[in-house]
Amino acid sequence: MTTTPSEQGVSLGMPQLPAPDYPDDVRARLEADAREIIGRYPDSRSALLPLLHLVQSEEGYVTRTGMRFCADMLGLTTAEVTAVATFYTMYRRKPSGDYQVGVCTNTLCAVMGGDAIFSALQEHLGVGNGETTGDGKVTLEHIECNAACDFAPVVMVNWEFFDNQTVESARRLVDDLRAGAEVRPTRGAPLCTYKETARILAGFPDPRPGAVDASGSAGPASLIGLRLAKGEQPEPRIVHPRGEEIRGAAPQDEPPAEHRSSHDAPQKTSASDPAHPAGPVTEEGE
Amino acid sequence: MTVSTEFGGTSRPEAGGESSPEKLLAPVLSAFWDEDRSWTLEGYRRHEGYEGLRKALAMSPDDVIAYVKEAGLRGRGGAGFPTGMKWQFIPQGDGKPHYLVVNADESEPGTCKDIPLLFANPHALIEGIVIACHAIRSEHAFIYLRGEVVPVLRRLHEAVREAYAAGYLGKNVLGSGLNLELTVHAGAGAYICGEETALLDSLEGRRGQPRLRPPFPAVAGLYACPTVVNNVESIASVPAILHKGKEWFRSMGSEKSPGFTLYSLSGHVANPGQYEAPLGITLRQLLEMSGGMRPGHRLKFWTPGGSSTPMLTEEHLDVPLDYEGVGAAGSMLGTKALQCFDETTCVVRAVTRWTEFYAHESCGKCTPCREGTYWLVQLLRDIEAGKGAMSDLDKLADIADNINGKSFCALGDGAASPIFSSLKYFREEYAQHITGGGCPFDPAKSTAWADHRTEVNA
Repeated sequence: MTTTPSEQGVSLGMPQLPAPDYPDDVRARLEADAREIIGRYPDSRSALLPLLHLVQSEEGYVTRTGMRFCADMLGLTTAEVTAVATFYTMYRRKPSGDYQVGVCTNTLCAVMGGDAIFSALQEHLGVGNGETTGDGKVTLEHIECNAACDFAPVVMVNWEFFDNQTVESARRLVDDLRAGAEVRPTRGAPLCTYKETARILAGFPDPRPGAVDASGSAGPASLIGLRLAKGEQPEPRIVHPRGEEIRGAAPQDEPPAEHRSSHDAPQKTSASDPAHPAGPVTEEGE
Repeated sequence: MTVSTEFGGTSRPEAGGESSPEKLLAPVLSAFWDEDRSWTLEGYRRHEGYEGLRKALAMSPDDVIAYVKEAGLRGRGGAGFPTGMKWQFIPQGDGKPHYLVVNADESEPGTCKDIPLLFANPHALIEGIVIACHAIRSEHAFIYLRGEVVPVLRRLHEAVREAYAAGYLGKNVLGSGLNLELTVHAGAGAYICGEETALLDSLEGRRGQPRLRPPFPAVAGLYACPTVVNNVESIASVPAILHKGKEWFRSMGSEKSPGFTLYSLSGHVANPGQYEAPLGITLRQLLEMSGGMRPGHRLKFWTPGGSSTPMLTEEHLDVPLDYEGVGAAGSMLGTKALQCFDETTCVVRAVTRWTEFYAHESCGKCTPCREGTYWLVQLLRDIEAGKGAMSDLDKLADIADNINGKSFCALGDGAASPIFSSLKYFREEYAQHITGGGCPFDPAKSTAWADHRTEVNA
C-alpha cells in the first residue's frame, strides 16, 4: 500500500527502496516542530500520533517520506511507524482534497438524513466514498459518530461542525468550498485547509485571531436544558408541526445562515426524496 | 401508559407543577454556557471557577480522595465505577511517577456530552485535573481528545495556556508546592481508544489495542506506571463537589447514584440537546418537559447510554435513569446518550448500521470480536435486503453470544447488546424482513425533514 504506481510493476522480490528525504529546508523546519512535540512527553514514542499529524500538515497525507521522518525522529523502524499510521482513520494514505467532507452515517445521523445527504453528495460531486473531486478541492467520505447527535444530521468539514444539515444545505456547502467562498461552520472557526487543520491536531494552536472565539460559547441544542431550567420555552426546530401553523420562531432547518456568501444562484427546490439506498453503505473494503 | 409520549409540542405541561423543568433540572456544569465567552478563564471565574481547587489544595491528598469517595461520585464514561475509589487504588510512596489521563475520546454512538462540555466550559475539566493530580500525587496529566473535533481542541489549547499563565498549572500551583504539567493530545480516529487500556497504548504511540488485565492501570498504566484514567465529565464534576460540598452533591440523585449529570437527548424528539439533571430522572420526564417526540409520532425504541447499551422501548419510559435503575431494566446507564427513534425507524436498519460500526472499529486483536462482528454484518445485510432465512435469527443470537463476555474488551460486549436487545423486543420485525422479502420501511419518512417535505410538496 505504500508503493508508488511506477514501482508496482516490480515483482523480482526486490525490497522497496527507502523513501526519499524531505528537502533540507523542509526537514529543518519539521525537525524543530518535532522536537517541540517530543518535549511534551516523558517518553518520545508518545509523540508518534502528533508527528503523523505534523507530516500530514506538510503534504496533505502521510507519505513514505513522512513516515520515515517520524521513524528517524523517534528511533523507530519505518515498519513500526507504518503499523501505527495504518491503524488510525484520520491519517490519509493518498493525496486528497483541501477540504475533507465527512457525512455522518452512523445510525442516528443516517436515519435522520445522513444517508440521503451522503448519497446526494456522491451524485452531486460525481465521486464515491474516499474519492476527491477533479479540482482537488473536496474529498468526500462517510464518517462515524462525531459526538454531535443532538445536532443530527451532521456533516464535518476538516473536522469542524456543520450541524442540522439537509440535502440542500450540504450541496450548497460543497459548492461553496469548490468556489473558494468563505465557509463558516455552525460550531468552529472559519475553515482552513486540511493541511492547516492537521497542524492544529499536531498540537500547534490555531494562529488566526478570533479563531478560538468563533461561533460563540455553545450551539443551540447544547443550551436547551439550561434554557428550560431557567423557565424559558424551547424554540421549535427541525420540523414544522404537521398541518398546523408555525408558532414562535422560525424553524432552523432551511437555508442555514452560516453560508452567507452563497447564494445568488436560485436554490434548488429539491425533489421530495432524492434517491438513496436504504441499505448499508458498502463502499468500504472489508 | 404510552400515550403521553405523543406530545408533539401541543400539550406541554404547565410550568411550576411537579414536573416543571426548573425543579427537575439542575444545571451545574452547563449553568453558564449561554453567556458570552463562557469557555474562557474569565467566564469560568465569574462563576466561582477554581474555588474548589483552593479548598482541595488546603486539604491533604488523602483527604481529597476520601472526600470525593464520600460524595459518591461515579464514573460518567459508562461503567459507573466510583471515582474516589479509582484514585485510592494508586499505590503511594512507590517511587514511580503517577499519571492522570483524561478520556476525552468521546466516540460511543449517540454520545455527545463531553464535546459540548469541553467546547463551552473547558476550565471545569482543567480545575478537576489539578484537584485529581493533587489527590493522586501526579505531576503530569494528559487529555486524550479524539482528533475529529478541532473546535474543541482549539479551545483546550487556549484554556490550558490560560491556566498556565494564571498559575493553575506549571510549577508550584497557587503556592501549594504542587508541580503539574498538562498535555493535550489529539487522537487520530479510532473508537477503540475510548477503552482505557487501548487509550494508554495509543497515548504511548502504538496501535490502540486493549491490554490484558490485570495488571490494572492503577498499578501499571501509562509507561507501566500507576495511572488513573477518568472520563471528562467525571473529572469536571469534581470542582463543584469540593466547592459546594459533598452534602450538596448527595442531595441530588439517589443513595447509590448521587449527584447531577448530563443527559443527551437526540433523534426523533422535538428538542434534542443537553439536559443536566440529578441522576434518576426518567425519559418520560425529560420528554414531557422538552416537548416530547416530534409531532405526530411516537417513541419506538431508545438507548439509555449509547449504542452499546441494550435498547429499551416505550415500556421503559419510567425507568429511573441512574446506574441501578437502568441496570434493573436490563440495560446500562452508559453515557446517558438517549437516542430516541420513532415508529418510522426500521430496527433492522438501525442495528445493521451499529453493527457495521463495531465491525469497522474492532481492533482485530481478539478473534470473537474481529470475526464475530464481521459475520454479524453479513447476516444483517442479508436480512435487511430480504435475503435472509429464519434460521439466521438464531444464528445472529448465537454469534452475539460468542462475542459477549468472550472478547478481550467491552467493545465486543457492546456489539452484542443491540443484537440481543433488538431480537428480544423486535424479533417480529426481523421476521417481517425475511418473509416479506425486504424492508417494509420508507427511510425518507424518518429523516429530520420528512414531515416538512410532506407538507411542502403535498
